[in-house]
Amino acid sequence: MAAISVKPTRMELNKTKARLKTARRGHKLLKDKRDELMRQFLQIVKENKRLRVEVEAGLAEAMAAMSEASRLMSPELLEQSLLYPKQGVEADIRVKNIMSVNVPEYIFRTKTDAAEDIFPYGYAMTSGELDDAISGLSKVFRDMLELARAEKTMQLLAAEIEKTRRRVNALEYVMIPEMEKSIKYITMKLEENERGNITRLMKVKDAILAEAHGFEP
Amino acid sequence: MDYKIAVIGDRESVLGFQALGLEVYPASREEARRVFLGLLEKKERYAVIYITEELAEGLAAEIDELKDELIPAVIPVPSKSGRTGFGMSALTKAVERAVGANIFESEG
Repeated sequence: MAAISVKPTRMELNKTKARLKTARRGHKLLKDKRDELMRQFLQIVKENKRLRVEVEAGLAEAMAAMSEASRLMSPELLEQSLLYPKQGVEADIRVKNIMSVNVPEYIFRTKTDAAEDIFPYGYAMTSGELDDAISGLSKVFRDMLELARAEKTMQLLAAEIEKTRRRVNALEYVMIPEMEKSIKYITMKLEENERGNITRLMKVKDAILAEAHGFEP
Repeated sequence: MDYKIAVIGDRESVLGFQALGLEVYPASREEARRVFLGLLEKKERYAVIYITEELAEGLAAEIDELKDELIPAVIPVPSKSGRTGFGMSALTKAVERAVGANIFESEG
C-alpha cells in the first residue's frame, strides 16, 4: 500500500473533497469528448478508406495509360511534352475546428479552369494515350486532394483521441481512486482523534469527581 | 499564404503530375530521404507532399514524425508498379492509435 502523505485535517478533507468533485466532473466531460471524437473519427476513417480505394484505382488507370504512352513515344519527346505545364496549382489552407482539434482544409486554385485546357503540348507529336493519362490524372487529382484532407484529419483526430483516452484513464484509475482513499483515510483519522478526545474527557471527569467528592472510580 | 503541392516518386510515376502543375521531384530509393528532407526544410511552403508507396516505406519514421503536424500532409500514393498496401496500413495504424487496439485484426 502506498504511503498516504496527506495531513489528516479537516481543511485537507474539504480540499480533497472539492478536488474529487472537480475530477469526477472532468472525467465525465472528457469521456463525452472522447466519445464524440471517436464518432467523428470513425466517419473520417470510412471516408478516407473510400477515397483511398478510389485514388488507387484512378491512379492505376492513369499510370497504365502513361506507360502505354511512354511505350509509344520516345522518352525525350515525352519529357519535352510535359516539361512546361500550362496548369498551375496552389493551395490555401483554412483551419477547421473539430472538437477543439485543428484540422486543415485545402482550397485549391488552378491557373486554368477549363478541364480541356490542361494539356501542355500540341497534339501533333504526342500519342493519344498521353492525353488519356493526363486527363485521367487530373480527374483523380481531385480525389487525391480530398484524400490528403481526410488522411490528415484522421491522423490529427487519432492523436487527440489517444491523448483524451489517456486523460480519461488517468482520472478514472489513478486520480479518483487516490482521492477517495485520501478522503477515507482523513475521515477515519479524524474519527479516531474524536474517540481519543472523548475517552480523555471521561478520564478527566472521573479524576475531577474523585478529587472533589472522594469518589473512587 | 500560398502553399504548394509536391510529388516525390520514381521518374515515370511522377511525370504525369508535372503536367498538372504540381512540383515534381523524381527520386530513386536512395535519393528519397535527401529529397524529402530537403522539402521539409522549406516546410511551410508545402501543404501536401505526395510520395509513392515504395519510397514512403523507406521513410516511414520520418513520415510518422509529421503525423501530428498540421502542415504538411504526407500522403503515400501507389506508383506505376501498383499499390503495395502501405497507404492503407496508415489507416489501420491510425485506428489502432485511437482505439488502443487493432479492431481490424480479426478481419485480417
